[in-house]
Amino acid sequence: MLSEQNLKKLDGLKKYYQTSQALVLPALWMVQEEHGSISEEAMKYVSQLLHVPYSHVLGVVTFYTMFHAKPIGKHHIEVCTNVSCMLRGSGRLVEHLEKRLGIKMGETSKDKKWTLSETECMGSCGTAPMIAIGEEYYENLTPEQVDALLAKLERK
Amino acid sequence: MEKHILPDIPNLHKIDVYEAHGGYGALRKALQMKPEEVTDEVKKSGLRGRGGACFPTGLKWTFMPKSREAGSQTTGQTAKKKYLCVNGDESEPGTFKDRQIFEFNPHLLIEGTLIAAYAMGVSISYIYVRGEYAKWITMIEKALQDAYAKGYVGQKILGSDFSTEVLVHKGAGAYICGEESALMNSIEGGRGYPRVRPPFPAQFGLWGCPTTINNVETISNVPLIVKNGWEWYSRIGAAKHPGPILVGVSGHVNKPGVYEMPTGVPLLEIIHKYAGGVPGNKAIKAVIPGGSSTMILRGEQLEGVCMDAESLKAAGSSVGTAGLIVMDEETDLIQVLSRIAQFYYHESCGQCTPCREGTVWLWKVLKRFENGEGTMEDIDLLMDVANNIEGNTICALGDAAAWPVQSMVRRFRDEFEKRVKVPDSTKAEAIAV
Repeated sequence: MLSEQNLKKLDGLKKYYQTSQALVLPALWMVQEEHGSISEEAMKYVSQLLHVPYSHVLGVVTFYTMFHAKPIGKHHIEVCTNVSCMLRGSGRLVEHLEKRLGIKMGETSKDKKWTLSETECMGSCGTAPMIAIGEEYYENLTPEQVDALLAKLERK
Repeated sequence: MEKHILPDIPNLHKIDVYEAHGGYGALRKALQMKPEEVTDEVKKSGLRGRGGACFPTGLKWTFMPKSREAGSQTTGQTAKKKYLCVNGDESEPGTFKDRQIFEFNPHLLIEGTLIAAYAMGVSISYIYVRGEYAKWITMIEKALQDAYAKGYVGQKILGSDFSTEVLVHKGAGAYICGEESALMNSIEGGRGYPRVRPPFPAQFGLWGCPTTINNVETISNVPLIVKNGWEWYSRIGAAKHPGPILVGVSGHVNKPGVYEMPTGVPLLEIIHKYAGGVPGNKAIKAVIPGGSSTMILRGEQLEGVCMDAESLKAAGSSVGTAGLIVMDEETDLIQVLSRIAQFYYHESCGQCTPCREGTVWLWKVLKRFENGEGTMEDIDLLMDVANNIEGNTICALGDAAAWPVQSMVRRFRDEFEKRVKVPDSTKAEAIAV
């Protein structure tokens, strides 16, 4: 389930924490990096690897919004709609993205290429409105810039 | 004012540039002092936490047990390890200051962490950063690697007897993990559930060991104090809440962004001079002074109100994280409040009934107003629900959900009344007339 390299990295982290349970988040991050999401099988694997109950791992996965228990689209587009972004036009971005991609907030396109979600404040209040695609932030956006971004991603 | 946290020095994030500007000099100085002298210096400086609560930092450090790991020979027992958590979960809507430190001055943060670790006898420090800041995690990790390579972190630092480790710990998307006890549970590998206090973290923190949690910006002030002395620091800005402060200005301003200034600058000066005023010279309807949890203020009441703990308290709000959100005269405040309520509903961890149930209730009632379905009774209902959350939960998230609602109803009742549904009978009367 996890690559040799990640297992070694995980092992190296052990000395910094008093319990192996503390490695649950780092391990889940590694699983998600390698597999895109965290399946039931993966949760069982992490539970055995770190000697923590499966229920605990499941609880953690479902608690944190960045862990995905279900597969998501190839490009995960998140739009911040919190106050600072809202005041600077995030509503227009939401409308535009929904129209362009033909999906609503919280949905994944049929071809599994796009997932669109609403997100809470991402810390881009001074460069609002913003969207995040995967780990990248795109800030001070207009609908036209969103189009250019989507076109670039479509070619990938 | 000269800038200290985010000075205009190109490439300051690089360790050699940081060193060339006196970087890690404060650490050298601290290592020549006794740990309690360092704590005393921070205490006398008047530094107060920049994460929202404005708690005196030096005083917090004194809560940690004094015993050193090596100093336990007298009892023959091994003392418990001590920990420091540097809180970079930064998720309060309207707040984007720690991000600037990670990007532009990461070594200041690392140096501050090391000095704090020395003062409290900490063996491991965790810099907890929200998972969304993946890019900034890479930046801080790079800086940390360089600091390790130069011998500032690790075993026998700079030839002294002091050894300590620093580690970046990545969150996974949960506002509540910015709450100090939830943050510890998250580092322990669990859900971010806040803990009941007492016991306080200094007695029973990470794995039951003495732990201190400080905000990223707070820790970044520490090297300045050690380098220049507490007297110098205490003279910057407002007397009872001194020092430089990073103010994030967002919303309806011409130049949104993070501005470093001394505490105590008038909010109107921040909006007009630093942030370039309101687009179209529109009037200010309202501001949220310190992140979404702080009480909203009416535009007309801003005269004389300054960005420091005492001034904002007197005005009926608080500094919070100094995330100033400006709203012009055309803003739909009901929509703003409804979005804030949605946020707390989404982020409530669900442990305490008043917060879990109350936050969704507030949001639903506010949605009614947004859709023109609210009633006069609903205005009182909002107040009633908020009052029943406040003070009745394990952590301050409940209060944070209640305060915006309470302050909005109190200060902008007119906005709600304008949106109350007109009963059909009144419509009929109007037609009859």
